[in-house]
Amino acid sequence: MGETIEIRWHGRGGQGTVTAAKVLADACLSKGKNVQAFPEYGPERAGAPVRAYNRISDRELRIHAPVTRPNIVVVVDATLIESIDVTEGAPDDAIFVVNTSHSPEELRQKLNLKPTQKVFTVDATKIAIDTIGRPLPNSTMLGALARASGIVDLDTLLEDVKASFGSKFSEKVIVANLEATRRGYEEVKEG
Amino acid sequence: MGKKLALTGNQAVATAMKQINPDVCAAYPITPQTEIMQRFATFVADGEVDTELITVESEHSAMSACIGAAAGGGRVMTATSSQGLALMWEMLYIASGMRLPIVMPVVNRALSAPINIHGDHSDSMGARDSGWIQLYSENAQEAYDNVIQAVKIGEHPDVRLPVMVCMDGFIISHSIESMELLPDDVVKEFVGEYRATYPLLDVDHPVTYGPLVLPDYYMEFKRQQHEAMLHVKDVVLEVAKEFERISGRSYGLFESYRLDDAEIAVVILNSAAGTMKDVVDSYRDRGIKVGLLKPRLFRPFPYREVAEALGNAKVVGVLDRADSFGGFGPTYMEVASAFTTNGARPLMLNWIYGLGGRDFMPEHAEQAIQQMVKVLETGEVEVQKDYLGVRE
Repeated sequence: MGETIEIRWHGRGGQGTVTAAKVLADACLSKGKNVQAFPEYGPERAGAPVRAYNRISDRELRIHAPVTRPNIVVVVDATLIESIDVTEGAPDDAIFVVNTSHSPEELRQKLNLKPTQKVFTVDATKIAIDTIGRPLPNSTMLGALARASGIVDLDTLLEDVKASFGSKFSEKVIVANLEATRRGYEEVKEG
Repeated sequence: MGKKLALTGNQAVATAMKQINPDVCAAYPITPQTEIMQRFATFVADGEVDTELITVESEHSAMSACIGAAAGGGRVMTATSSQGLALMWEMLYIASGMRLPIVMPVVNRALSAPINIHGDHSDSMGARDSGWIQLYSENAQEAYDNVIQAVKIGEHPDVRLPVMVCMDGFIISHSIESMELLPDDVVKEFVGEYRATYPLLDVDHPVTYGPLVLPDYYMEFKRQQHEAMLHVKDVVLEVAKEFERISGRSYGLFESYRLDDAEIAVVILNSAAGTMKDVVDSYRDRGIKVGLLKPRLFRPFPYREVAEALGNAKVVGVLDRADSFGGFGPTYMEVASAFTTNGARPLMLNWIYGLGGRDFMPEHAEQAIQQMVKVLETGEVEVQKDYLGVRE
């Protein structure tokens, strides 16, 4: 990982997309990287499309502008694919990580991806309901992203998920989120 | 060395305030106030600071309370943004006229109308003649470092003036970046104990602040404010040197980036300077001699030093994130004035960009440099003041 990795998250208000970008930044910082995590601010309301961004680099990060050519695109809510072009600006070697019950092959076709682009899928909403009891897919998507991209190892990520939830939530919620992250890591499928 | 953390600009500045542990902080606790005061209020509630927090009914009252507390002899801080700073206007001049070293982080955001809460420099640029020292910050690290240094600059016996520390709204204030915090005890020792020069609460030595002064003496007061400002440059450099000893990070009156042999120079403030540095590098790789100057101390403006640093440039482009309608952008006006100190006559261009949070993309930086390359070749400036990234 020599150059800067740029990530674009697509989610909906209330799904914890911005929190996920923050936890990823913390995890990468723990591995000695320079990091950025920032949302695109618009009208903030539950259900509205939300974008968040990460930059992760060995170099000092000086740019202060949204990510327009993402190396990795994370789609936290697959219904967004119907209304937003999540592939916009993605280079030929981009990685897509999508929360869906469909297979990677189906997603590849739906997103009309190039053969050189990679797609990973995980049923994060189902995993979230199984583990957390609510459809909050962000922890699972973090696990899936870690596996798909290799930018951070599972142990480091779990530590930072724990630290991030630790101050605000009960032990039960933390354990559930750790399990959701682990299952995202284990159950993500490549196609 | 301090600890590396991923923090928002607001968190970084609130932490600096916690470490400074001011005597009094007055704030209006509703929009357009930022998360800085929300976080600081938590530190107060949790007993992590000794500060007396006064929540007031308006930003005008916030600055009024700060003035009272500072005249009383306290070390005083507040924070504001956008319309909040605008509402403080009347009191800003009173704080500086009374020579009270209040430190105020300003999260740079647009002014209404139309209503917009996003990042630009219209708020603090409008306040540049209010007698406050102004420091600008590229990122969360610089905002944190500047707030700590501001205390020592403002309180210095040769200065005794209030200080604004500016950082970009949202782009820095709400974005998480890696940065380093200093240990609490190091900051505490650096800022030291504050001893006010003529505190109102020293009842054995009664003084008067802000009395009626008729034409017989008013001008002498104003002249003294300018004199005090003339001491600021030296103090800023002295404090920066001390700060480097505790942090390893060096600061000047401005930052010069690849400027020494530059034929084309860009002058730009705050977060956009970071984006511009990356673009400067890409043009340097193509053999184009371009450099950047990022002002840090905007009031007082270091005219002579800026003119010297830009000395060799044949084309100077100044990018402003605030406008002066019917005039040039505020930074452009200062840079143009700077050249009167050494008689240099580069070709100059002014761009207004990023108003109301409009993204400043690398493409905009390229567009400006490309135009400057053309001016260097032809020796002619077609449009002196233009707008970047705007629909016509």
